[in-house]
Amino acid sequence: MVIAPTRGWPALRLDEISAYRELLYFLVWRDVKVRYKQTALGVAWAVLQPLLTVFVFTVFFNRVGGITVKGVPYVLFSLSGMIPWLFFANGVTIASASVVTNVNLVTKVYFPRLVIPIASVLSNLPDVAIGLGLLLVVMAAYGTAPAVAILAVPLILVLVFASALAVSLWLSALSVEFRDVRYVVPLLVQLWLLASPVAYSISKIGGTWKTVLALNPMTGSLGLFRWAMLGLNAPPASTIAVSCAVTIVTLVGGAYYFRAMERKFADIA
Amino acid sequence: MSASSVIRCDAISKRYTLGTRVAGRTLRDAVAGAFADRFRRDGRVRREHRPPLWALSDVSLDVAEGDILALIGRNGAGKSTLLKILARITEPTSGQARIRGRLGSLLEVGTGFHAELTGRENIYLNGAILGMRRREIEKRFDEIVDFAETERFLDTPLKRYSSGMTVRLAFAVAAHLEPEILLVDEVLAVGDVGFQRKCIGKMSAVAHEGRTVVFVSHNMAVIQSLCRRGILLEAGSVAVDAPIDEAVSAYLRAVETDAAADLAERQDRSGWNEVWLTGVEIRGADGAVKPATGRAAQFVFTIDRAAGFERARVSCRFTVVNLLGHPVATFSSDDLGPADSDSQEAGTFTCDVAALPLVPGRYRIDVEVHGRAYLQDAIEGAAFFDVEQGVLAGRPVSGDGRGDVVIDHRWTTPSLD
Repeated sequence: MVIAPTRGWPALRLDEISAYRELLYFLVWRDVKVRYKQTALGVAWAVLQPLLTVFVFTVFFNRVGGITVKGVPYVLFSLSGMIPWLFFANGVTIASASVVTNVNLVTKVYFPRLVIPIASVLSNLPDVAIGLGLLLVVMAAYGTAPAVAILAVPLILVLVFASALAVSLWLSALSVEFRDVRYVVPLLVQLWLLASPVAYSISKIGGTWKTVLALNPMTGSLGLFRWAMLGLNAPPASTIAVSCAVTIVTLVGGAYYFRAMERKFADIA
Repeated sequence: MSASSVIRCDAISKRYTLGTRVAGRTLRDAVAGAFADRFRRDGRVRREHRPPLWALSDVSLDVAEGDILALIGRNGAGKSTLLKILARITEPTSGQARIRGRLGSLLEVGTGFHAELTGRENIYLNGAILGMRRREIEKRFDEIVDFAETERFLDTPLKRYSSGMTVRLAFAVAAHLEPEILLVDEVLAVGDVGFQRKCIGKMSAVAHEGRTVVFVSHNMAVIQSLCRRGILLEAGSVAVDAPIDEAVSAYLRAVETDAAADLAERQDRSGWNEVWLTGVEIRGADGAVKPATGRAAQFVFTIDRAAGFERARVSCRFTVVNLLGHPVATFSSDDLGPADSDSQEAGTFTCDVAALPLVPGRYRIDVEVHGRAYLQDAIEGAAFFDVEQGVLAGRPVSGDGRGDVVIDHRWTTPSLD
């Protein structure tokens, strides 16, 4: 093995990440274990968080604001948006701080640093699983059965994971040098929620605006998720294509940016 | 690279730009900096320019398989930086190193320990972080628990452990790491004496298995008993590469040369440096220059402080160390006794010893100044002093026995009539 200064474009070294998959597993396991320790309600939070938000949405958007969605009860509509949204939002929130919170590892032991944000986003998977269970229960209560398309849910979650990771790679690398990121993230996530069709539907919006909205990768994933769970109309192929393309570009760019910044992590963190 | 060498460094250098070492820079600073650059171009505002610090410059060395190598040197000589480069935590600025074999590094005891997790869970987590496979950890789990002597607390969260137990658990995991090359940084300096002895025993067992170990420590006695070869780093370069005894004595000479320099000017210090040590004086009884065994002695420390550092409690802690680097005794102004009093003089700590219980010989003192809950200043070998022959409670002390301390005592001897 040769240790030498690296210059220019970094190599992603994905093979190394796969060699360190056990560490990845243990970091996910640690974050999952620790998340609800010393909380009174514990894992119940994974149910309460989407449930309370949907309650608030239903009161303000549906009852007060008069927003309705054709063909599906508003509660089901917003809850089915909330599950992938929380995966994305919690992933970005936790993972963009992850390099800084794991600074004790970064300065003391070698491993591919990309493992850190990946593990942070993945550690939200149990919450997603619980959320899916909750959604199925609420659907049953409304007498709605999932369609066969539910089999596509794992694939859609991969897309959500990819977009959460893409954003996190940029922010987590940036936050090592600029702690401002800590203050930017909550604001960013809030605005992003409003820009994503979680509480409202964009089925009536057409033309150019549809393409612009599709630049937000959550537009595509939310539409797909509702198609898979509730049997709503799938978003047009163009929307899906744009969402996927944006995700891939930010993900690959983020990975290279992260790898390039990584050289300085141990020195400036 | 010769056939048997497992680590080879070629002209490794590492530069730190002092500004970038400060954690938590904000965007505002960067923006302000950009503006400052602009103004400077107009010749109106000049930013203070700090020179880059070369933590290592042109370090070349070759470590053969089975070598037990000690890296020694004063604070800031570059020992830890070199280990961090070899452990791939940070990159060299120039030069390269070649490593052959599986490398494990132990730069800290208990890296990644989590207070909320149990002892059992932390063993797995820490093992994985140090590069052990899950199956390896499972296989050695019982051994690790035995070594740590914490089996009763395996399912207790770590936050309920005493610090001693935590260290034992951490070292136990690390001791069962089985890389071909092991990098160890000062980890033996923690824990109680009994456990330290156990760790040193484990380390020498590792050494005898033919594995390669690169070891950083300030404890010369431990280093001399474990290592065969020593490399003395001075200001980022290799000053001496020799058999261990030779390297250690070169180090001790270097530390002593430093002590002759003006304390306030010394750079080999660590801490926050809002308060710093400017002088150390050791006086014998009645102002005699040299203290003597059994007579009164006085240790005087003078400090200076930065503007704005006011009305804060400061404390002084110093350790008398023998020439092999073994600590003999520590004195701390934090541990109040009934006879302690406040100084009338600003900026001076005085520590009086009624009857100095040290055997004749040469000692050094390492000093730490604490204030505002931070370590403010730490200097190793802040001063050296000689203890003259003397008399303790009427008994002459020659100092040709073992140990550094003499204790007041009384014999009753048998009559052989």
